[in-house]
Amino acid sequence: MTTKAARGTSAAIPAGDARNASGATVHLQDLSRSFGPVRALAGLNLDLAPGELVALLGPSGCGKTTALRIVAGFETADSGVVEVDGKDVSPIPAAKRDMGMVFQSYSLFPNMSAQDNVAFGLRMRKLAGAGRQRRAAELLEMVGLSAQARQYPHQLSGGQQQRVALARALAIEPRVLLLDEPLSALDAKVRLQLREQIRALQQRLGTTTLFVTHDQEEALSMADRVGVMKDGTLEQIATPSELYAHPATAFVAEFVGIMNRIPSEMLSLISRSGAAADGRDDGLPGETDALVRPEGLRIAASPHGNGIVTSRTFLGQLTRVSVRLSGDVVVQVDQQSTDTGGITPGASVEVSLVDPPVLVTDRT
Amino acid sequence: MAAVTGDEIVPDVAAGPGGRSAAAWPRLPVWRWVILLVVGGYFVIPLIAALRFTGVSSFPSVIHQEGFSAAFELSIKLAVITTAATLVLMLPTAVYVHLRLPRLRRLMEGITILPIVIPPVVLIVGVLEIAPGFLKSTPYLLALEYVILAMPFAYRSFDAGLRALDLQTLVEAAHSLGAGWRSTLWRVLLPNLRASLLSATVLTVALVLGEFTMASLDLYQTFPVWIVAFDQTSGPISVAASLLALFVTWIFLLAISMIGGRRSRRAGGAEVSLFSVSRRSTGGS
Repeated sequence: MTTKAARGTSAAIPAGDARNASGATVHLQDLSRSFGPVRALAGLNLDLAPGELVALLGPSGCGKTTALRIVAGFETADSGVVEVDGKDVSPIPAAKRDMGMVFQSYSLFPNMSAQDNVAFGLRMRKLAGAGRQRRAAELLEMVGLSAQARQYPHQLSGGQQQRVALARALAIEPRVLLLDEPLSALDAKVRLQLREQIRALQQRLGTTTLFVTHDQEEALSMADRVGVMKDGTLEQIATPSELYAHPATAFVAEFVGIMNRIPSEMLSLISRSGAAADGRDDGLPGETDALVRPEGLRIAASPHGNGIVTSRTFLGQLTRVSVRLSGDVVVQVDQQSTDTGGITPGASVEVSLVDPPVLVTDRT
Repeated sequence: MAAVTGDEIVPDVAAGPGGRSAAAWPRLPVWRWVILLVVGGYFVIPLIAALRFTGVSSFPSVIHQEGFSAAFELSIKLAVITTAATLVLMLPTAVYVHLRLPRLRRLMEGITILPIVIPPVVLIVGVLEIAPGFLKSTPYLLALEYVILAMPFAYRSFDAGLRALDLQTLVEAAHSLGAGWRSTLWRVLLPNLRASLLSATVLTVALVLGEFTMASLDLYQTFPVWIVAFDQTSGPISVAASLLALFVTWIFLLAISMIGGRRSRRAGGAEVSLFSVSRRSTGGS
């Protein structure tokens, strides 16, 4: 167990959380990889339960794609072990690992129709022609593209191409499905449709899935667990709700969702109500910051308030209001739109704390 | 099976079976037509003059001339051997450089252009130095020299084709589906490089059928050497043979381009002309 594991950020599978016996277990142990002077992975540990979808989330260069490529067999780790169902697959070439992969860029073979693309992996497995085509047709039906079976990739939209790529990866009944930012090239509407479709299929088939993304909304909405990576290691891995509500580090807290950083001396000037008032402890150590979510704050118009509204953004049910506190600290507050009447830029407001800080951290 | 579908806009890809529309004859400014006519005249007028000089009746007699069959056969054999050797050497090299040594691409471009700037006699001496002994006394030695001559054109054809592909992703996708290197090359890369292959083939064949200097220096009578030699005895027949060679090569190139272009368009591959490759647009999101 690492120090982070002791902080409740263990990369191990939660007890009794095995989701589907048909999927494989995946175990990454102390994976390290450097590219020249750049250390992409620095001792990554991660476990995936059968049928589980784990998302690796992190900023560019954090090592998430390198980790995925090592699992796929496209990169070789400098040190460490990749085990699938307890067997070390490090010496096995990518072509024999039995892993389906969907790539970020459109990866369909341009010379083959959608159906032939899906059937390609089955052909490599020497499945007879009729069975191969039948299976490919089933998979295309599963992703809703039966009508496009005879079309070539250049005749398909980006979303359709990625659905064919998903069908192609699933056709071989992979032990592990690897998704390398498969939605990043798509527009918002198609991305939303496809992520729901991927999740539905993954749950139905019970395929253990490792999903790499830099889009936190994607990760939080699709994954059973989300691992946040930084500098080649896991900062924390947890369920989306746990990650959001109980981030283990300031990096995780500020990377996932929107976070206000309020100096401890400023926090003592903010009144408290609701959950924040229960068992309150004003004694934050000096030179620390409290990390508070926008929904953990509340504002009300007040002529002698502790802040001035600088801007407001209508988000539908919620309105996000930016408030400058004394000391030029700006906080963002999410509040029901119906409760923001009269709160306009320049107005004086009273900011109060309704939820306790999710984390208290050293000042940076 | 249940299907999860979404309404997506599929890009308009069909401009008709032939892919041609009214834009086939674009409206060009007058000055462009003038340039086109001047350049066209520069190429066509000598051909018309040659045709008038030789007369149509000279063509049938060309094939009955002494030495014609042997020279033509030798040139065809050399074209086949040179093309095969060029493809076998250049295609894997270009794929390897693109995939594993992309930083060396510029260096390779520089190296492959050397045969154009090095005098033929130097190339001949170089080839003679390293050629196996059994080849040195046969005309097939020329094939080795022609492979070097064809290198700039063949490598550029493959380079252009590979640039039009997302090579690494295609190779990795094939590997992830269980394909080894042989299957990946045969089933994925070669079909998508068909246009480049045809382009390299066309250029190599055209080069071999028209090359004179090296064959002449090596004292082998290929078709171009025969034409020049025959020129000493019969001018009109020699010119008719030259025109015949030109027309045969043109028809050959045209046929390859049309076949390759049609197949490439059907599969949505890169559009490749003899000297350029353009990436086919992929669907939008």
